[in-house]
Amino acid sequence: MSGAIPILETRGLCKAFGALEVAREIDFRLERGARHALIGPNGAGKTTFVNLLTGVLAPSRGQVLLEGEDVTHLPQAKRVKRGIARTFQISQLFRGLTVLENVAIAVAERMGAGGAMLKPAGAHREVLDETIRLVEMLKLGDDAGRRIGELPYGRQRLVEIAIALGLAPRVLLLDEPAAGIPSAESHIILDAIASLPAEIAILIIEHDMDVVFRFAKRITVMVSGAVFAEGTPAEIAANRDVRAVYLGSALDG
Amino acid sequence: MDIAGVFLGGFAAGMVLFIVSVGLSVTMGLMGFVNLAHGGFAMLGGYTMVLAMKHAGLGFVAALALAFVAVALLAGLLERTLYARLYRAGELDQVLFTIGLVFVMIAAITLGVGPETQTIRLPDWMRGETDLGFVRYRTYSLVVIATGVALALALWLGFERTRFGARIRAAVDNRRMAASLGVDVGRLFTVTFAIGSGLAAVGGGLGAEILGLDPNYPLRYLAYFLIVVAVGGLGRVTGVFFAALLIGVLDFVLKIHFPKGGTMFIYALTLVLLLARPQGLFGRKGA
Amino acid sequence: MMRGAAAAAEAFARRHRLRWWEALPWIAALAAFFVFPTYLSFGTQLLVTVLFALSLDLVLGYAGIVTLGHAAFFGAGAYTVGMLAAHAGWNEPLSGLAAAAAVAATIGFLSGLVLLRTHGLTLLMLTLCTMALLEQAANMGAAWTGGFDGIPGLKFQKILGLFEFDVLYFRTQYLYALAVLFACFVLVRTLVYSSFGQSLTGVRENVLRMHAVGAPVRTRLVVAYTISAALAGVAGGLFAQATGFVNLAVLGLDRSAGVMIMLILGGYGRLYGAFVGAVAFLLLEHVLAKAYPTAWQLGVGVLLVLVALYARNGILGLAEPLARRFAARRGGV
Repeated sequence: MSGAIPILETRGLCKAFGALEVAREIDFRLERGARHALIGPNGAGKTTFVNLLTGVLAPSRGQVLLEGEDVTHLPQAKRVKRGIARTFQISQLFRGLTVLENVAIAVAERMGAGGAMLKPAGAHREVLDETIRLVEMLKLGDDAGRRIGELPYGRQRLVEIAIALGLAPRVLLLDEPAAGIPSAESHIILDAIASLPAEIAILIIEHDMDVVFRFAKRITVMVSGAVFAEGTPAEIAANRDVRAVYLGSALDG
Repeated sequence: MDIAGVFLGGFAAGMVLFIVSVGLSVTMGLMGFVNLAHGGFAMLGGYTMVLAMKHAGLGFVAALALAFVAVALLAGLLERTLYARLYRAGELDQVLFTIGLVFVMIAAITLGVGPETQTIRLPDWMRGETDLGFVRYRTYSLVVIATGVALALALWLGFERTRFGARIRAAVDNRRMAASLGVDVGRLFTVTFAIGSGLAAVGGGLGAEILGLDPNYPLRYLAYFLIVVAVGGLGRVTGVFFAALLIGVLDFVLKIHFPKGGTMFIYALTLVLLLARPQGLFGRKGA
Repeated sequence: MMRGAAAAAEAFARRHRLRWWEALPWIAALAAFFVFPTYLSFGTQLLVTVLFALSLDLVLGYAGIVTLGHAAFFGAGAYTVGMLAAHAGWNEPLSGLAAAAAVAATIGFLSGLVLLRTHGLTLLMLTLCTMALLEQAANMGAAWTGGFDGIPGLKFQKILGLFEFDVLYFRTQYLYALAVLFACFVLVRTLVYSSFGQSLTGVRENVLRMHAVGAPVRTRLVVAYTISAALAGVAGGLFAQATGFVNLAVLGLDRSAGVMIMLILGGYGRLYGAFVGAVAFLLLEHVLAKAYPTAWQLGVGVLLVLVALYARNGILGLAEPLARRFAARRGGV
């Protein structure tokens, strides 16, 4: 298994803003169909790492490889086309549009229909069918015709995931998908994530250790821009250093 | 005209641009507010002087001080009651609101004072020429230059050396961070906006001899003020100073040598500059 | 009410279909031709302005590009038609409009290519500078453009070789402008309901997300900007043909700001906002501005402040809740 080419890999990835190093020599592997969690204290550089993977930021040094192919210099749009999708820590949605339209925009882009000028958007049957499928899959059907601005934040987080799925990703990067919603509702998001197709490799950034240990098969711990530890949940839980710098209270409590 | 004379003339024009525009730069950088009404405050400053000198018999300097205070108060009031509601709105709403405000100012002046051009009587001591040793030049222009340089120095010191300045700089760079460090951003905005508009009023009054004064003033010079700010960089006092100087001198020289196409060169230069450096000549990237 | 994804999808699939009230502006325009035969010069000006506002709606209302320089394209179109007619003897009207569209589109494409990398204040400044540059060029190239005085007394051939320009009552010009406006409107309507139009709305609503779904954001914006420029160029060309003159006023900040104000008053991003805004504004101006110019400016100023503070979606935005209530009542019965 470890001999196979990982779906996503970084080698010696570095990023600095002036003197501030926000990513240091990150070697990281995400296996096919992985359920991988990225944890670390605030400011550890987790979101920066996602931005490096998706091409929002260009690394100062190092490589990003998708299925062994160097994509370090590909722009964001090209990486999306190759199957890297993400969600945002703070929802980035089209607030004035309906849930259905939000998802349809993503699906249309993926299917190459986004630039079609003469055919009405609603006449692309294949885009519409796929959109309906995703909206129903995330149980957003009742809200499909409502505008994002009218939805409670928890529902918006689901739309965020639906849009990412609309890109038919092979790698899905979830940046704190349950951030900002009451914990009583977070199980809805987590159930939705748990039921995602097994072939999608998922990297989730999450602070709730219950979620991490329930969901992830592998965990990477980041501290101040560098990989601090990596292993199975059992290994991480048993790792004294990790307990010391980070997990301590979360696990004992 | 000799080189020193041309330079001093352009310097004076540049300083008027600086005094008017510096407030715009700071408020736009600080609040991210596209304030197309800024020139209106400069015009109101000029008219305050005209009225104060004509009807209250105030002297030039006293009227200038009054213009600063009166316009700063008015601007502070407008900021609290109207501008503050639109900080979170898009540029479009801000553009619309401030164009509306300019129209109201223009119409109010036209109705209240009249559409004709006004002159502000200079005090006798400004009307002659002064011998600088290497050149004799209009005292008025030299006063404008001295005022501009002094204001630039004072603002620079205020920005770099005082707590208030430090707060403004912090808020320009990262508003949320400043707020979380306990800076009362709302009050900071009001005070800065009031001072910036007050300075515009000083520029409008002091510079009336150079830029003229009539109800159409805010729209006629809108592009110039915006160009100075965009070239100088948002929220950068020194940047605006040098940009104003550059534009002032260039405009002065070009208007003498190419009375017709001079302005075109300035627009072209601005276009190229902003394309090469969208943050302005002196602005910081990503700020 | 139907619920569920399928119902929402059904509504989405039908949203581009024509509704009965969409015939109203055209019926009104034709009716005005017969009812106000002596006001057709003003009416032609109105139609030209609607077309100009419509072109702005595509970039400002749908793509969210805030520009203060849209008159650059109107002016480019007007001067193209004017200079071709005055200097090259090219005074066939329809091909003149095509030339106007081509020139404006070229300027839109080239400037858009570099300008649309920026946003916010910088973009605002750059659009303003581009327009000012063209204005100064028109002012300087007096041999070609007539400088400050412009080019008066332009003459054009019969439209399609059949309809002579009506110098006195503007009957031909009015119908000609109406036909051109209709054709351009059909194009814009098709665009905004297409996936392309949907993606422009996406850029307006959240450009960060648009990048994250892999959309070629800049390409889309440049394409929209170019099409919009071409349409503004057609409006400018129409203006030159209908009035028989061009001067610097076609290129100024006044015209840019004016059309933006009309569009926003009507309601931007709504297709019909251009109609409502231009008609309401110009009618009021026609009645009030000549009698009380200063009071008119004061009124417009106050109105703009109020719109920015309380009615950000313009006249149509105010009317929408009423229309929805009306539709709900009808649906409920």
